[in-house]
Amino acid sequence: MVSRTPLILLACGSFNPITNMHMRLFELARDHLQKTGRYQVIEGIMSPVNDDYRKKGLVSARHRIAMAKLALETSDWIRVDPWESEQETWTETVKVLRHHYNESLRLLQSKKELMKNKWPIERSTEDPLSYQHSVLPELKLLCGADFLQTFKTPNLWKEEHIKEIVEKFGLVCISRAGSDPAQYISESDLLTQFQHNIFLVKEWIQNEISATQIRYALCRGLSVKYLIPDSVISYIARHNIYTEDSERKNEGDLLQPLKLHNTTVNPLND
Amino acid sequence: MAMEGPDKKTEVVLLACGSFNPITNMHLRLFELAKDYLHETGKYKVIKGIISPVGDAYKKKGLISANHRVTMAKLATKNSDWVEVDDWESSQSEWLETLKVLRYHHQKLLSPDPTNSLQNAIPLTKPGRKRKQEPNRHDPVKKKNQSPDIKSVPQVKLLCGSDMLESFGIPNLWKLEDITEIVENHGLVCISRAGNSVQKFIYESDILWRHKNNIHLVEEWITNDISSTKIRRALRRGQSIRYLVPDVVQAYIEKNNLYSPESEDRNAGVVLAPLQKHASDSKN
Repeated sequence: MVSRTPLILLACGSFNPITNMHMRLFELARDHLQKTGRYQVIEGIMSPVNDDYRKKGLVSARHRIAMAKLALETSDWIRVDPWESEQETWTETVKVLRHHYNESLRLLQSKKELMKNKWPIERSTEDPLSYQHSVLPELKLLCGADFLQTFKTPNLWKEEHIKEIVEKFGLVCISRAGSDPAQYISESDLLTQFQHNIFLVKEWIQNEISATQIRYALCRGLSVKYLIPDSVISYIARHNIYTEDSERKNEGDLLQPLKLHNTTVNPLND
Repeated sequence: MAMEGPDKKTEVVLLACGSFNPITNMHLRLFELAKDYLHETGKYKVIKGIISPVGDAYKKKGLISANHRVTMAKLATKNSDWVEVDDWESSQSEWLETLKVLRYHHQKLLSPDPTNSLQNAIPLTKPGRKRKQEPNRHDPVKKKNQSPDIKSVPQVKLLCGSDMLESFGIPNLWKLEDITEIVENHGLVCISRAGNSVQKFIYESDILWRHKNNIHLVEEWITNDISSTKIRRALRRGQSIRYLVPDVVQAYIEKNNLYSPESEDRNAGVVLAPLQKHASDSKN
């Protein structure tokens, strides 16, 4: 039996609110990576962004996490992780990746010790599955088609962070009809250099449920049934989360990454 | 909107005919979009949605037994408080024209079958006589009959995607007089994608153009392309269909192993019932 590398998928984003499309990204990515024969997808993690990100209309992380938890109640492999949202300030994506990678190593270590203590003699007859898990896992960033484009947005990303993401971790990018990520990669020297670490997955069903459209529909009293899980719809109604007021949150504010990266650049620009 | 609105609104029942092989979240979305749209016009009140899976005699390639298709549709609508499944069409021994299904459901609303309802205690009156009756709290469908016009009778409108509308152009699939009666007496609610050719299709058909006031085009605000064909293909290839069909439907498909390369070959090479029927009609 060829041993597969255990793989963890991490998706960062607002999840404001979580939609069926977010969950589809995970399903599509897992199908694709398992088919390569090289990976065993062991976990999916959704990491809602910190409130301090200051995106327009971003409701409190408490609600965004509660909604994602409800939506993922029935999944046996995807979970929400609040670490990023619990930090004092907004955290760069690369730091979120580092954190979850270290966590997975720590978990692996403690599992190994547990095994050692539990079955000190039988270790040689370990089943192949637990052997696989002693292979170091990989952590890859899962993203939608438009994500790659944001690398180009001035001041949003630091070049060295992009490099670390594609070099040390890797990207799984779900592309949609009409977008051409391959073209975009070929236009970037950095992405081309590490394209062996960028997996492009084609979506076979057009399914573009943007959270922004969901919020507009909710504010206008239109139905969003079958676009987001029923449990999330009732949570939104119960807490009256998306209103014209909530949509005005952070209005006019600069995104936190732009603000931070801008201050260092501005003196030169002026 | 004025306060007298509700009384003047025409009640509408939305009927969707199709294979539902299997039902997907897209089918369910069509109903939600149509209802929102009709309510926004201020002229209609949607009182019910009906899903009517086609009978096995339709002979479409890959069509699995109606029994399973009806069960899946029922599971999928369990959490809806206004859309239901009706198996009358699928339980007929022969394939039925869509128009006859529309007529059946319209008729059923006019005179509820006493054996099928809990309204046995109320003596049945002809629909025309209902006008002068005293307020009848057992009959929510035909309340408030002050206005003498037929607005008090619910309309049954055919709900469809743009593919069904465009199938009107396929030779021998539809009878011209059926299309006429559908758009003249019932009406169509067609969900279409922004920038597609439905408008043009209507313009190029004299019948559809004449009755375009009875054809409601609803533009979809979220692209939704979850066709049953793609779902079956994914299932054959072992790809995940999670979040594209309701979880209960997925579980039912897996439990009964409904879609396989063999099931896809059902009716292969068989002529579709409407084509067979209309071709022989035109010969006679």
